[in-house]
Amino acid sequence: MAEETRLVYKYLRHDKKFPHVWCPGCGNGILLGALIRAIDRTGLEKDDIALVSGIGCSGRISVYVDFNTVHTTHGRALTFATGIKLANPRLQVIVIMGDGDATAIGGNHFIHAARRNLNLTAIVVNNSIYGMTGGQYSPTTPYESISATSLYGNIEQAFSIAELAAMAGASMVSRGTVYHAALLDELIEKAIMKRGFSVVEVISHCHTHFGRKNKMGGPVEMMRWQRDSAVRIEKASSLSKEEMKGKFTIGVLVDRDLPVYTQEYKKIREAAKTMAATGRSILP
Amino acid sequence: MSTKPAGRQVLLQGNEAIVEGAIVAGCRFFAGYPITPATEISEAMSYRLPAVDGTFIQMEDEIASMGAVIGASLAGVKAMTATSGPGFSLMQENLGYACVAEVPCVIVDVMRGGPSTGLPTNVSQGDVMQARWGTHGDHPIIVLAASTTQDCFSITVKAFNLSEKYRTPVILLADEVVAHTREKISIPHAEEVEVIERIRPNMPPDWYIPFENNSRGVPPMSSFGAGYRYHVTGLIHDMRGFPTQRPDEIVPFMERIFRKINQHFFDIQMVNKEMTEDAEVLVIAYGSVCRSARRAVREARQRGIKAGLVQLITLWPFPRQIIEPLLRKVRAVLVPELNMGQMSREVKRVNQGVTRIETLNKIDGTLLTPGEILTRLLKL
Repeated sequence: MAEETRLVYKYLRHDKKFPHVWCPGCGNGILLGALIRAIDRTGLEKDDIALVSGIGCSGRISVYVDFNTVHTTHGRALTFATGIKLANPRLQVIVIMGDGDATAIGGNHFIHAARRNLNLTAIVVNNSIYGMTGGQYSPTTPYESISATSLYGNIEQAFSIAELAAMAGASMVSRGTVYHAALLDELIEKAIMKRGFSVVEVISHCHTHFGRKNKMGGPVEMMRWQRDSAVRIEKASSLSKEEMKGKFTIGVLVDRDLPVYTQEYKKIREAAKTMAATGRSILP
Repeated sequence: MSTKPAGRQVLLQGNEAIVEGAIVAGCRFFAGYPITPATEISEAMSYRLPAVDGTFIQMEDEIASMGAVIGASLAGVKAMTATSGPGFSLMQENLGYACVAEVPCVIVDVMRGGPSTGLPTNVSQGDVMQARWGTHGDHPIIVLAASTTQDCFSITVKAFNLSEKYRTPVILLADEVVAHTREKISIPHAEEVEVIERIRPNMPPDWYIPFENNSRGVPPMSSFGAGYRYHVTGLIHDMRGFPTQRPDEIVPFMERIFRKINQHFFDIQMVNKEMTEDAEVLVIAYGSVCRSARRAVREARQRGIKAGLVQLITLWPFPRQIIEPLLRKVRAVLVPELNMGQMSREVKRVNQGVTRIETLNKIDGTLLTPGEILTRLLKL
């Protein structure tokens, strides 16, 4: 059996869950492929993985894959994931969110999850728009872009998801695109294996809404734009500010070792038990 | 609830008794955000839980707290959060999620004056209807109310048991007076307390139907990581947990989540009846008001008035089957409340004009005293 077919049989749910809801040419399909290839490379058992997703097009990924899956409320995926991870730290928890999901309604949860540094993997699919609700502007919609709620041009400045995650204290931050599919496999694999809160920003495209309104062409043209705008982080330092204008970096942007929440919490448990045992308890 | 089991005698306030009850009931996860007058629950959980291998986390807000509670419960751990009015409002969306996804958990709402920031440290019973109808859409819910510190312990245990038994969130309503009254209570030995666990699947994973429509209406629930991989969603789902828009799957699902509560009314509906056998006038009360009402009823009896008291422990589903026959026997009913009349509406709905229903409402942030209730009782 061909490798791809083998993975599809192993990781996707077959009973009545296909065809999927995504538009033809959507980047979510490529992400789904990258996700199962990355998980396969980690060698993790299906039972050891919990996949949590938010609401939106990307949120539907949880329906299609054969893990312990939760499709949560809009913006709250990371809070559900926090509970799952703390209740069972053995589970490898992967969270998939869209840009609106993670940085608008879920913006506060996103920065606090990074700050706490729980051993979670957050994949943020950034297509610069609210796709499922019909193309309204999101916190990552570029300045002056057209959307269903910014027909005169967007006057808000866009978030950089990766920089936000890095500033908030994530252990690993990387950025990839759905055009660079092989790199995406690698970035997701690294993120899952990283101890601590890891974020993968996945630059994707919504040709149905964003591309059409901004005259960027179909999925092929939009992926060409990704190819031409992305610069490997290793190469970016040798480029001048002028050359980097309008471009973004891809690859592992931040990789550092920070105290992990579940390990830190073990200290609290020990302190509480010692206190109780020595009778110096503050308990009633 | 008022029977005092033998055990450890301790001096606690209501909020601390809730924590002790939760721990005896098996709660090992708490996520919360500080808010008066529920704060002491978070504080006590933060030092009690790690000592019993549990986990406490202070989340960034109440929305996050409720999300984390659902996540922990899915991973197989009994979980709880506690809040007060404004925080309770924030939790509503995820509370609805827990109803639809059938995730057992306990939410304590220590009621304070409202709406909005309202009367932050003052007593109120203004969240009775929010507890029933706060989240959107049709769904059943179980809401219990505590009236004494001893109640806080035992009803918290009941709340966990009902939530596990019926795979549903259970809301425990306390009010500021109940939460902060410090008194001696008995904490029974752990082995004397009935603790119920959710039914877990024992069939091979391939045979497991996570939202099966069985005769009890309550499907077995597997913990994440236990080998039964399944999908959980807030969307209306089929028996396998996958989103559906087919009427022939939506209707049986909605009917089942209502049936699992309706079918077990007599297990869920808890009241305390005192001196109701020969009563001519009846007081129906809950929370701290019930305590004042008890004193008022006793004093009325001393003055030769045949008064009786019904303490509502279960507020929702409203214990109609128990209240209805009592209404037929009495001349008048008094429903004293620290709101503009939320539970009295329910009593009137059940009464359907059978007897006279009087209300006594107080909304100034102070408690209803026995004297105030007695004065009205004498005029009935």
